[in-house]
Amino acid sequence: MSFINYAAREINCKIVYYGPGLGGKTTNLQYIYDKTNPKSKGKMISLATETERTLFFDFLPLNLGEIKGFKVRFHLYTVPGQVFYDASRKLILKGVDGIVFVADSQIERMDANIESFENMIGNLEEQGYTIKSVPYVIQYNKRDLPNAAPVDEMKKELNKDNVPDFEAIAIKGTGVFDTLKAVTKLVLIDLKRKTGA
Amino acid sequence: MENTQFILYEEEYKKINEIILRLAREANAKFVFLVDKNGQLIAHCGDTEDIDTTSLASLTAGNIAATSGLAKLLGEKEFSVLFHEGERDNIHITLIGERIILVVVFDHRSSLGLVRLRVKKASQELKKIFDELTEKIQKEMQAEELESPFSEITDEDIENLFSE
Ligand SMILES: Nc1nc2c(ncn2[C@@H]2O[C@H](COP(=O)(O)OP(=O)(O)O)[C@@H](O)[C@H]2O)c(=O)[nH]1
Ligand SMILES: [Mg+2]
Repeated sequence: MSFINYAAREINCKIVYYGPGLGGKTTNLQYIYDKTNPKSKGKMISLATETERTLFFDFLPLNLGEIKGFKVRFHLYTVPGQVFYDASRKLILKGVDGIVFVADSQIERMDANIESFENMIGNLEEQGYTIKSVPYVIQYNKRDLPNAAPVDEMKKELNKDNVPDFEAIAIKGTGVFDTLKAVTKLVLIDLKRKTGA
Repeated sequence: MENTQFILYEEEYKKINEIILRLAREANAKFVFLVDKNGQLIAHCGDTEDIDTTSLASLTAGNIAATSGLAKLLGEKEFSVLFHEGERDNIHITLIGERIILVVVFDHRSSLGLVRLRVKKASQELKKIFDELTEKIQKEMQAEELESPFSEITDEDIENLFSE
């Protein structure tokens, strides 16, 4: 749920990167952090285990610039992907304005992608959202790997709603900003619709 | 209700700032801030210059979220007050209504007892303002009178955000 602050003339939106464990969500945020100029970003926070698996969330605040005299701020979060961290995922989804679903292209992770996608739908419904009401995009990550499933096949399984989708190699940054840009666009358009008279 | 748009106007912002300023002074706090449950900073005052308030806001909300998850597991409705004691600084966190978090950071110049007392009064005042604000927003939404700078946003505006 976005927050419009008239006094400070700013608007804040929350984007969540969702997907199976080790799919590349943290890598997306890390790349965005590394490539964003210091003036436009805050600190990146990672609440991770000793083995660098996301424990609770990663957080990256971004200032995108201004629209109609309002500073536009996006707060990016990732969820922990491991199945047993479902309670944490639910918490992070609260108040979400837009979602990036990061799928792992490796063919042997297809089941994990589908399971995570269904888990996301379930958790959204628990919060009183439906997948149709939340703007989201899909990223097919790890396209560099030899065991990557054909994109068509992944689309068939994951993109039944025909939302914007992107191929990515997050470790190199390929597709990372295209994905971010697409979801922020959808969120702002949604905001326009929600607040428009 | 939790999913309705959260909007803060100048008028309420002013009132809120007055309350937290007074709270900071009367409780001898280092600083005070208000965060919404989704981790967005609403207002702050005191010596926050060297503090990364954005991170603080997000972590506070994460903290509250985790604690309320714990409460649910135990069959409690909510733990409405949290207190973290450090060697130098202490953090006192209070939930105000359904979605606002009040955080007071203090050191040896104050005490838990004093902070608790002052927070109690300030929370009641803040709750009243936020309740009224919620009502106002809901009314405006129903009447479709909600004025937003974003209702006239164009594709170009959005495109420009990414074009530097
Ligand atoms: N080959 C390859 N590895 C990647 C890519 N993106 C991420 N990884 C690696 O996959 C692992 C898990 O990534 P991480 O971002 O921690 O996944 P998360 O659990 O979704 O946050 C790390 O070792 C990354 O370096 C990619 O595009 N290609
Ligand atoms: Mg991670």
